[in-house]
Amino acid sequence: MIEGILIGLTTALTLQNILMVMVGCFFGTIIGMLPGLGPMTAIALMIPITYGFDPATGLILMAGVYYGAVFGGSTSSILLNAPGVPGTVATSFDGYPMAQQGKAGKALAIAAWSSFAGGTLSAIYLLFMAPSLSKVSLSFRSPDYFALMILGLTAIAAFSSKGQFLKAMMMVVLGLMLASVGQDSLSDITRFTFENMNLTDGISFVLVVMATFAMSEALTIILKRNDPTSAAKQVSLTELGSIKINKEERSKMYKTIPRSSIIGFLIGVLPGAGATIASFLAYGMERNVVNDEEKEKFGKGSVNGLSAPETANNAACSGSFVPMLTLGIPGSGTTAVMLGALLGFGVQPGPRLYMTNPEIFWSIIMSMYIGMVILLILNLPLIPYIARILAVPKNYLIPLILFFSVTGIYVMSFNNFDIYLMIGIAVVATFLRLYDFPMPPLILAFVLGGLMEENLRRSLLLSNGSWEFLWDRTLTLCILLTTILIVVWHFYKSIIKK
Amino acid sequence: MNINTTKIISLLFFIFSAFYLYTAYQIQVFAFDENAPFNARTFPIYLGYAGLFFSGLKLVLPEPNTIKVDHKNLEYKKTAILIVIAIIYGATILKVGYFLTTSLFLFSSYYFLGERRWILMFLLSFPFVAAFMYLLHGILDIYLRDPFLQSIGVMG
Repeated sequence: MIEGILIGLTTALTLQNILMVMVGCFFGTIIGMLPGLGPMTAIALMIPITYGFDPATGLILMAGVYYGAVFGGSTSSILLNAPGVPGTVATSFDGYPMAQQGKAGKALAIAAWSSFAGGTLSAIYLLFMAPSLSKVSLSFRSPDYFALMILGLTAIAAFSSKGQFLKAMMMVVLGLMLASVGQDSLSDITRFTFENMNLTDGISFVLVVMATFAMSEALTIILKRNDPTSAAKQVSLTELGSIKINKEERSKMYKTIPRSSIIGFLIGVLPGAGATIASFLAYGMERNVVNDEEKEKFGKGSVNGLSAPETANNAACSGSFVPMLTLGIPGSGTTAVMLGALLGFGVQPGPRLYMTNPEIFWSIIMSMYIGMVILLILNLPLIPYIARILAVPKNYLIPLILFFSVTGIYVMSFNNFDIYLMIGIAVVATFLRLYDFPMPPLILAFVLGGLMEENLRRSLLLSNGSWEFLWDRTLTLCILLTTILIVVWHFYKSIIKK
Repeated sequence: MNINTTKIISLLFFIFSAFYLYTAYQIQVFAFDENAPFNARTFPIYLGYAGLFFSGLKLVLPEPNTIKVDHKNLEYKKTAILIVIAIIYGATILKVGYFLTTSLFLFSSYYFLGERRWILMFLLSFPFVAAFMYLLHGILDIYLRDPFLQSIGVMG
């Protein structure tokens, strides 16, 4: 293993590969910042370029784009409440309120340091645990995945404010319903398309996220323009504030980062889970472990609430490389694109990849650490310039948010039906937001919908239609018991408070 | 039972779930799949019932904190205008092309939001879209259909 690590280090530290990490991080940050253009688009665009390089260099470039885009996505989540990627949705819960309070610079600095720490710790975990973790990830079966998704969706109860549990659950169901539109993945039978060909492939994630976050946010700002409370917000929005993190905030981050990085990494390792579940779970866990005073700040600009998902999503990015490289199972949509590229290079991923192609396996892991350092060097000094987006007057900012949303959707499909659909969903979302129906549960459910159905299908088919699969395996049972505990704890706390 | 807008939304969601459930039962599955433990309609049926359950609970249970929205302070007119502009944008983009429709979309949005600095409005619409289009079309090689620019010979 030591020999492999040294080969990887030598490969990663060549001038060409360091340059590739830098280019990837910079390009990824820019693309990730643009709502609608996430890491998947950025990496997909990179594939033709990478075929000119050797596999290690090509994958290092794509990996750089990946974590650059995740960081860039956090920037648009914090400044515009428009997450370009699902993994940064949870970042907006506390990052955006912090920006509204005039602490945009600080929010971006916390995000940068948390991303760096999460990615670095995760790269270290990966270095030591990759070979054995591939065995653990192999032990996960469909019932465990299904239970894990139920847990992820129930954890959103932790995101909802007091008395919003049922509203959050209604949004979960709505998200799952939206995800069920289109062709059934196994039988190809179309569902809920009403004979409209445009719906055959289902509704795209970017469309739903743009509609419920970016566009509906823009419409809500216009709608509440004369509202005295939102007028005060507009004034503070133009203030960047300091990017310095004070001692108290640092001490909060010191506690949050290690636990969130472990969650992020472990979730990232699970095939199919990825940065989204990791960031939501880290956010939910953080909310549950902090004291009551800090808990009240969640959703209103909490340092812990921002640091936890940021650490976890970057940690999960590194973790998601484990199933991709060792099992050939992508941990996320983005690593799925990278897997395609890996196969294109003629490299067959599998449990023995780190022995047969150590230069690929270990150089990617080594380049992750280099990438994190480069991201920090690139992004921290740029924060004051990036955050100037906030100084743009509302009369310009709102149309520009609408422009990025609509363009993001248009360049994906070149179909005006998607624009109409986005407008329709955005109008409904704006109305629901007025009455405090939370949107994050809808997004998480939409992302998990397909996977959840797939795993339920496999579990039910294997158990011949019996629901016994829920308690047949210890792991499944443990995950479900955790879910039940969360629900019981939520109701217990509500009753106690009353 | 106190009727407020949240309850009305819950009632609408209940009706929507009922319709979803009805549609889920109408999904045509293959004959050999009809009695399988899981087919294309199984998951949607569960979702329909879940929707009925949660919205039904929300309808029946008392509202702990009623949300009051002051409709007098809401800018319905400007919001509606922006939505209409976006719909017109969707209706014209394929026929007219990306450059002109997007530029006009931005320009008119600035105008209806009350902006009157014409030069800035122009700079942040036409040249801005041209630069963005160059980034997408020229650098990233994302094809953008534009009959207008083709008709004046700017695009091939």
